[in-house]
Amino acid sequence: MDANALKQALQQRFGELAWQYSESRRGERRLVIPAGQLLSYLEFLRSDCGFDALLDITCVDYLHYRGAKDRFGLVYLLGTSTSGERLVLRCYLNEPNLKIASAVPLWEGANWLEREVFDMFGIAFEGHPDLRRVLLPEEFAGFPLRKDYPLRGRGERHNFERISRNQS
Amino acid sequence: MASGLLEPPASAIDQEYRWTLNFGPQHPATHTTLRILLQIEGERVLDARPDIGYLHSGFEKIGEHLNYNQYVTVTDRMNYISPLANNIAWHSAVENLLGIDVPLRCKYIRTILAELARISDHLLCNGACALDTGAFTAFLYAFNQREELYQIFETLCGARFTTSYTRVGGLMYDATPKFIEQVRQFVKNFPKVHADVCRLLNRNRIFVERTKGIGVLTKAEAISRCATGPVARASGVTRDLRKDSPYLAYGDFDFNVICSTDGDCFHRYLVRMDEMLESLRIIEQALENLPPGPVNVPMADRAILPDKSRVYNTIEGLITHFEVVMTNRGFQSPRDECYTAIEAPNGELGFYIVSDGSETAYRARCRPPSFIHFAMFSHLMKGHQVSDIVAVLGSLNVIAAELDR
Repeated sequence: MDANALKQALQQRFGELAWQYSESRRGERRLVIPAGQLLSYLEFLRSDCGFDALLDITCVDYLHYRGAKDRFGLVYLLGTSTSGERLVLRCYLNEPNLKIASAVPLWEGANWLEREVFDMFGIAFEGHPDLRRVLLPEEFAGFPLRKDYPLRGRGERHNFERISRNQS
Repeated sequence: MASGLLEPPASAIDQEYRWTLNFGPQHPATHTTLRILLQIEGERVLDARPDIGYLHSGFEKIGEHLNYNQYVTVTDRMNYISPLANNIAWHSAVENLLGIDVPLRCKYIRTILAELARISDHLLCNGACALDTGAFTAFLYAFNQREELYQIFETLCGARFTTSYTRVGGLMYDATPKFIEQVRQFVKNFPKVHADVCRLLNRNRIFVERTKGIGVLTKAEAISRCATGPVARASGVTRDLRKDSPYLAYGDFDFNVICSTDGDCFHRYLVRMDEMLESLRIIEQALENLPPGPVNVPMADRAILPDKSRVYNTIEGLITHFEVVMTNRGFQSPRDECYTAIEAPNGELGFYIVSDGSETAYRARCRPPSFIHFAMFSHLMKGHQVSDIVAVLGSLNVIAAELDR
């Protein structure tokens, strides 16, 4: 689907003001959408626009990013199963409302990808069947990929109980 | 990790024959550090829950603190079976972000290396899968060839495992005639070994019976579960980034994309086997048409470290060296974000880089194919037996270092 057809389809379905379409100088297509409507956008793009493959879900913490208005940017990379076409879907979340609909009903593969975002950024995916930490221990308290989490230093090990030789 | 994984069984009667088995994290057949919690009834697997994170070392966090050239050493340690593919994926992404177009010779050399990495990855994957399913000899044949590849990598960059060969806008060194000679030799010798491995496995009754019809992934499931690479192609998804959006020099070569429709462990093995021959064809074409010229972008672009003879003998070289190295003078990156992926041996390996204008990435997300493939493990294990675990695990080619990053 070329850019104009995509824009037209989006306009018919969601109106004109809700979304923003842009293309980078490298020709990467980007679509910024309201976070509340994520699922309906994903469903529409998957069934009507041919973006049937979800490649990745990730998140960016814009805390120290110069000129950024929102705290978290969620990134959904969509592709097709037949060609190399790509679309980068983005929406923004702000504290304290770090919740968004889960994409698991549409793509099974979103399961672990969303768990990783939850693990690293603390964003809750509503409707996720099994939202637990995936890489870090369940007792872990912080969200390491947030920008206010330091690279090194004290803190991360305090979660674990110290066991002396006599106790073990 | 531990708590919440095990629910009590439904009733006491169920409990009698049902028990829980810990597979890993230190089990020889997992090959790497991963753990699977199995609910089994006799030999039948009722539920297999992967529990990962044992090798998590915060690679993405480190990526936010190392500059674009330094981080390549960390990418070596992601999929350590084919580190060159990771190096190329990382620097392709960085060059895409910075808008650098590398010289043709560099593209050709990178293509050759990406394909050598693919062969080495597939050799290990198929060899280890065969080893676990009772065919030890094939594994030794495969590993012998991997040794040849390591020799080639050593000639190329001095390291066998942690190559770190690429740089922003070029390569660490140019390929030497000795390297080219070694690759030629490899291209000549490999088909014979490939045929040997095929003869050892393709009609090996034990191997075929343990892999055929095991861990079937249909095409619809492959798309829904975000599979890429050989796993998706064995299920009939005809997607290959090398063909769909040719990067590096893949547009110049004639090769086929290997696909199958059965989607079981045996066909994943076959797809990998045939892909190796296609890789060999690409290498051969690239080697014979290797263009002369520089491998790095011009020094004036201030993107790459000048070579040492210029640093030591000319003042311009020395100045450029310092300017690239100094933290406040390094190369400029645009305030932008981009996603770039390559067809790594395991599937689509992409990097989503966010840049805030400095020489360090603001966010360096890696799309790890192992992670996404391992997520479907419990689905693939449904209704199978304990002995099928190793076959499924082997055919997915789960590399824990890439899985956990």
